[in-house]
Amino acid sequence: MKRIALLGMPNTGKSTLFNRISGASARVGNWPGITVDLMSAKILLGGNIVELIDLPGIYDLHGFSEDEQVVRHFITNNPVNLLVVLLNSTQIDRQLSLLLQIKKLGFPIVLALNMADEAKRAGITIDTESLSQTLGLPVIQISAKYGDGLPKALEAATSIINQQDITTNPQSISLLLKEEHDIEHEMHELIEQHVQIPATLNDDTTDKIDKLLLHKWFGLPLFFAAMFLLFQFIFTVGAPIQDGLAWLLDLIRTELLDPLFTNSPKWLSGLMLDGIYNGVATVAAFVPIIILFFLVMSMVEDSGYLSRAAFLMDAIMAKMGLDGRGFVMMLMGFGCNVPAIMGTRIMRSRNMRLLTMLVIPLSLCSARMQVFIFMIAALFSTSHAPLVLFSLYVMSFFTMFLTAVLFQSQYKNTEPFILELPPYRFPTPRQIVLRGWHEVKHFLNRASKFIVLGVVLVWLLTNFPSNVAPASVETYAGQIGVFFAPILDPIGINHELAIALIFGFVAKEIVVGALAVIYGLQGDALMAQMATQIDWVQAMSFMLFTLIYTPCLSTIATIKNESKSTAFMWLSIIWSLGLAWVVSFAFYQGARLLGF
Amino acid sequence: MQFLSQLKAGQQAVISAIEAEESLFHRLSALGFRVGKPLSIMRRASFNGPLHVRLGTTDVILRVTEADRIQINAI
Repeated sequence: MKRIALLGMPNTGKSTLFNRISGASARVGNWPGITVDLMSAKILLGGNIVELIDLPGIYDLHGFSEDEQVVRHFITNNPVNLLVVLLNSTQIDRQLSLLLQIKKLGFPIVLALNMADEAKRAGITIDTESLSQTLGLPVIQISAKYGDGLPKALEAATSIINQQDITTNPQSISLLLKEEHDIEHEMHELIEQHVQIPATLNDDTTDKIDKLLLHKWFGLPLFFAAMFLLFQFIFTVGAPIQDGLAWLLDLIRTELLDPLFTNSPKWLSGLMLDGIYNGVATVAAFVPIIILFFLVMSMVEDSGYLSRAAFLMDAIMAKMGLDGRGFVMMLMGFGCNVPAIMGTRIMRSRNMRLLTMLVIPLSLCSARMQVFIFMIAALFSTSHAPLVLFSLYVMSFFTMFLTAVLFQSQYKNTEPFILELPPYRFPTPRQIVLRGWHEVKHFLNRASKFIVLGVVLVWLLTNFPSNVAPASVETYAGQIGVFFAPILDPIGINHELAIALIFGFVAKEIVVGALAVIYGLQGDALMAQMATQIDWVQAMSFMLFTLIYTPCLSTIATIKNESKSTAFMWLSIIWSLGLAWVVSFAFYQGARLLGF
Repeated sequence: MQFLSQLKAGQQAVISAIEAEESLFHRLSALGFRVGKPLSIMRRASFNGPLHVRLGTTDVILRVTEADRIQINAI
């Protein structure tokens, strides 16, 4: 099969173009010589199936960033038939260097000049015909966002692909390093002859917005307000959908599955319905919120505001070994840790990514909040409730900052902080939907396998041996509770709460349900019963532990997948468990010492 | 000798030298930081945060540490 690679600088709309060409058919694949996954898709081009690969955005073929090494390793290990080089028309004066570097290697190239619409507005005119003649390769102006010029570009790619069967000769790369000087010169000549750029860009909307959003003192408050509104939006829109889906899934169970399994053996219906179906349904009910998160996230990311947030927060985050983008991911974690951890992909330095991934699971996610709202309602007066919830949020920030400060020397990142500030852009609906869909697919793929395994295990633990009451202390889960008593008693967590904590390892959403099963009660009766069993100090200790220890199996699976390191996954688990215990211990024993 | 890091918001300058190891040099030059190129400081973040620099059509933010490596002549 013939192979086409897509290459360009960051922020040129490369992924948009890739998504537009590939539709939703893209998949993640491994490639010889490189450790990271690249997106690829099989597309139909001129009657042949061709493989299209999306290479990471790079500034320079000779650079030393991770992405630049990935691209170098890819082209020195994988022969290709054609490179589609994508440049940003509005920055062609600077980006042409990348094309010339690649041209020197002798690749067959189609040059696509993206953001033709923006360039037009900025008064930049590019004579593509004369540029094409001088360069000796097809030059086509396109708009990846709206699809203009795309058929023409694909046509040019088809004719090159059909003409020749030769793939590339990767060895000549080293030669190029010596010719750096020539490139500088050639680039200057080309721009001089073929491109006219006005001294200042006509479109100063970005400047006007920046004046407000990057204001020395209003910038940060405005940023927090914007983030708050986004979270509000996600939960206002997402919560009813989630409730509706949960109701539907419950209906399917009572109306369809329960009658279906009435004649099955008790163990089978228990495993299938109480185990797998309930577990998977819990995850499924969260899909709407996750989709919304991805949509909002890709919108914020594509709009150019994330780079601005990085600018605003960087000074503070730098003191913790993180940067402004890390802060944005921490905020995302307050909704759900999983997309936040996936969001660290925008970071180029692996060390910084790891440090951010270590911090994110400590943020008070929406599932933890459910547990807190339940516990607070059961054990605290209404006047104290907001204060307790607020203190948990403060605690969440505190543990995140503490973790970053403690681990920053472990994950020193040498990559300098230099970021391009793209102009503000409004992503098209198609762009948003495609991106959101991709992320959701990956999430479901990974999470589903993990959740099914987890819930089966939990069900087995709470239902065997079969001669005792389910979820009682005599079951294996109960025995585990007894087993952990020496560790959990000093932090005020009794056997019942311990079983709930074990359930909580799979997902925090199960904790409240688990307590209901354990106490055999529901709603107000359950809360009243719990108030007689534990006091507020125990409840607070339980909440602190719930806040800090690993959020859920999905998060663990995501950490393992994104870091590609089992050791790092264990570090994250052990650190959060250890920290949770120490904080709960200090609080519980401290409160008891003070006579509470 | 004056460095990019010493400029105030609104000032303009021409790059006179870039003192950086190879990797940083490449990165800077790929973003448009080249000797002889004019630039202007759009703004500086509070608490000695990053600088927002405009070179031609490109806007770049960089930390003071990196701006310390770029020598300029103010105009």
